[in-house]
Amino acid sequence: MLMDADQEQVLRQVERFVYREARLQDEHRYAEWEALWTDDGVYWVPANGDDIDPEQQMSILYDNRSRIALRVRQLLSGRHYSQEPRSRLRHLVTNIEIVRRDGPETAVGCNVLVFESNLRGETLWGARTEYLLRATGDGLRMARKTVKLVNNDKPLYTLSFLI
Amino acid sequence: MQQAPRTNGFGRLIRDDEVHGSLYHDPAVFAEELEKIWYRIWIYVGHESEVPKAGDFVMKSIGPQPVIMTRDAAGTVHLLQNRCPHRGNQVCTEHRGNTRAFSCPFHNWTFALDGRLTAFAFADGYEGRDMSQLRLAPVPRVASHRGFVFGSFAAHGPSLAEHLGPAAETIDRLCDASPEGEIEITAGFLQHRVKSNWKFLTENEVDGYHPAFVHSSIFGVADSGIGALYGAKSTALCRDLGNGHTEIDLRPEFRRIGKPLGWFGTSPERLPDYVARMNRAYGPERARRIMIDGTPHVMIFPNLFIAEIQIFVLQALAADDTVQHVTALQLKGAPDMNRRLRQQTMGSVGPAGFLLADDSEMYERSQRGVAQRQPEWLFIGRGAHRERRDDNGLPVGHVTDEVPQRGIWRHYRRLMEAAPC
Repeated sequence: MLMDADQEQVLRQVERFVYREARLQDEHRYAEWEALWTDDGVYWVPANGDDIDPEQQMSILYDNRSRIALRVRQLLSGRHYSQEPRSRLRHLVTNIEIVRRDGPETAVGCNVLVFESNLRGETLWGARTEYLLRATGDGLRMARKTVKLVNNDKPLYTLSFLI
Repeated sequence: MQQAPRTNGFGRLIRDDEVHGSLYHDPAVFAEELEKIWYRIWIYVGHESEVPKAGDFVMKSIGPQPVIMTRDAAGTVHLLQNRCPHRGNQVCTEHRGNTRAFSCPFHNWTFALDGRLTAFAFADGYEGRDMSQLRLAPVPRVASHRGFVFGSFAAHGPSLAEHLGPAAETIDRLCDASPEGEIEITAGFLQHRVKSNWKFLTENEVDGYHPAFVHSSIFGVADSGIGALYGAKSTALCRDLGNGHTEIDLRPEFRRIGKPLGWFGTSPERLPDYVARMNRAYGPERARRIMIDGTPHVMIFPNLFIAEIQIFVLQALAADDTVQHVTALQLKGAPDMNRRLRQQTMGSVGPAGFLLADDSEMYERSQRGVAQRQPEWLFIGRGAHRERRDDNGLPVGHVTDEVPQRGIWRHYRRLMEAAPC
């Protein structure tokens, strides 16, 4: 299927956003990463499957905007020992597709592999990541980010970096 | 790595205020712990509310052994091992569900929810054989207290009531926080793995010395009153309940402050429905006392940690491999409370939890540290000079003291020096 020029442009814009977000996470640039969120942003990493109800069931991470801010403040404190020393990280992001466009909002899906190296050793994290991006005067912002870890039904090591 | 000097038994490795580092990392010690602790004494497995209906099952564990917890048509809860008596195949590969029977996919042998063999294919091949002894092996002893189900692989031994002793009252205290006197486990478990020995976790759950330091990053940025509970000036206590069970008793601080629901960082105005239900259930005076005291912080040896708003179930897999299964406590008949319990639990615990990420980091650093050669011993003497007995004759100390750790190790030594079954 041929893409029209508008779709092509939106996809490029989305890719630039997703790659930048990944790089800010890899490089622990927490304040810049936090600025990518809308005021009503929700950051969700479900557990025990991809389609649980996070209002009823435990998730690995289910942050509203104020809890995202708290997470960032803890990371910036210098005493969040699971990130002191910080994990060395590289996010590999592939298979980026636009799932839906609805006014200012664009739903995006992609596959992510994160390689983490820390005091414990090396850990691979594989996930399907879904974004709801919103066009604002400052460019795209994250209204929702959902990270569906492939092995979220199994015991996982500490995940204290931004995934 | 240190090898444990074993010739004189565990008395050589456990002193009044010191324990030998090898106890945390020697695989031979772990193998012996499986036989003398995990596959002998009462181990917490699951809660009856996880299998509410006939035919419900959920996959649980006792140490490295998977255990299926089921409820049969008569309402009885069973603990079964996941191994077909024919060729050893796993009969259940689902985490949870509802079924009339477990059917082994290998040769179609079928088992009832109590483990009995009810059907096997091409029966003429077994003509004249008594097949009635072939079944899914049960965990030999199963018992429960207020819905908390424990299993023991030893056919004989102390009863669950004898094992729990004064710790049973802490579970009762937890249930009192529900207007219906029951807790439920319905929110699903997070599974948080650490490359560390299970005893570092069991000990840390009742270590009131560490929060001021390990958790300073979150106490410093969140509006939390927890830090002060574990300060040098706190009136809170730690207690050895016997049989390895230990608790941090925060009630003296909560009573001094005297604010209902202060233990939960909130107030009656914010949870009017819960308060009304508590008042109806217990009368205003007792309800007020329960809501001031809060829920317990108790480590039921070796693997059930009730942490005020959540439970942790510790699963020992190897000398340096442990899984923390953790979920929010839910109070029956308290929906407004339960929502907050889930939200606070999700923020605090599990792989990305504000608190448990850092606890788990300490577990793993301790595990690597203790493998160093020197000094050979770990020191657990904090507060020995001020350890005293409470009105019930139980050892207590300041909240930051190591009364619980000494109690855990005394009991551990008794278990490890016991004769084989």
